[in-house]
Amino acid sequence: MSVTPASAESTPFEIAQAETPADTHAAQPAGEVHTETGVAHGEEHASGVFPPFDQTTFASQVLWLAITFGLFYLLMSKLVIPRIGGILETRHDRIAQDLDEASRLKAEADAAIASYEQELASARAKGNAIASTARDEAKAKADAERAKIEASLQDKIAGAEARIAEIKAKALADVGTIAEDTTGALVEQLIGAKATKAEVASAVKTAAGE
Amino acid sequence: MSNDPTHQFLVNKIVPIEIGGIDFSFTNSSLFMVATVAVAAGFLYFTTSQRGLVPSRLQSVSEMSYEFVASMLRDGAGSHGMKFFPFVFSLFMFVLTANLIGMVPYFFTVTSQIIVTFTLALLVIGTVIFYGFFKHGFGFLKLFVPSGVPGALLPLVVSIEVISFLSRPISLSIRLFANMLAGHITLKVFAGFVASLGAFGAIGVAGSILPLLMTVALTGLEFLVSFLQAYVFAVLTCMYLNDALHPGGH
Repeated sequence: MSVTPASAESTPFEIAQAETPADTHAAQPAGEVHTETGVAHGEEHASGVFPPFDQTTFASQVLWLAITFGLFYLLMSKLVIPRIGGILETRHDRIAQDLDEASRLKAEADAAIASYEQELASARAKGNAIASTARDEAKAKADAERAKIEASLQDKIAGAEARIAEIKAKALADVGTIAEDTTGALVEQLIGAKATKAEVASAVKTAAGE
Repeated sequence: MSNDPTHQFLVNKIVPIEIGGIDFSFTNSSLFMVATVAVAAGFLYFTTSQRGLVPSRLQSVSEMSYEFVASMLRDGAGSHGMKFFPFVFSLFMFVLTANLIGMVPYFFTVTSQIIVTFTLALLVIGTVIFYGFFKHGFGFLKLFVPSGVPGALLPLVVSIEVISFLSRPISLSIRLFANMLAGHITLKVFAGFVASLGAFGAIGVAGSILPLLMTVALTGLEFLVSFLQAYVFAVLTCMYLNDALHPGGH
């Protein structure tokens, strides 16, 4: 309860207003003087009391604080906090939803890539299969052709060999006749006598048989 | 009178009301309480009326204050403390707005009245005591018995704990009140120097430059104090609520 210079100045004025005897006022503590004057005159708060400690204002301030703060609390808890909380939650949900959407799209893209890869792999496998089938077919065809040609060559060879054998046999047969003729002619030339055909043939045969 | 640095704390009746012999007048203090509620609630209400997914600047301010108090409470009193969020948020916004409104020249500072801060502090401590006993019964008294203290020291420790608990509403209210009061008086005194020195001619005007600069600097400081004291009030509220929620958790 400090007495400020200003309130000290106003004291005489206050005494006059409150009609308090000067001697009583001097004897009383400042707060009590104030209580008397404060009720009577609203403007008298600058009495001996430091304004924030002026107890006459306490009841009113507590009441009005209770009313205003109570109202403020109600406004906050019923209106403002649910609203801001809702805004923040909506934003949070929206961000989470967007993230989910993004991850879903990413999964979709991954799946698309995977299926593309798979498609590519199967196409490659199919291509390989087609190529190898074609190669096998071509090879089989070539083999068949070759076999056919070989067979026909074999036939030709066999025919040629048969002809050769025939010609050879014929030639060999001719050789006997030529030998007999030659032998007959030689015998005739050497001994001047004609040998019979049968004799010559048996002689040639004997010589060839050796 | 206008040079009196305490004049600004005078409570004047605007509408005299008297009920049962007790003075419940609507005063300038009441007016600025109403203004505080109107400004704070109006700001929070109208800036968020768009409910923008992408917030505007002012909506960001409202959201930031919400998240600021929410994280303060979560850090101070854990996730169980979130049931007190409307209370702590209202306290913080009310004190902050009252402090900031008080920074406007000629405006009344509601929080420079000890009865206002003391009532708010009693509200906090009352909530702590009520909720503590409601939730934990006599287990709430474990608050005064820290675990791991040797038996011989226990009476001493318990009495210290009780005294510190009882002094909480006093320290909580006086901290806010004294900061606002002292800041406003200091501002008024330095600003008063500027005016009174200016009356002494050229030399006085030259001499008033220093207090003028001081006034400007102090105004900045006072804005910081306005915010800081609202923050401190709310943080301490969170810590005290933590005691009510977890009395044994020292």
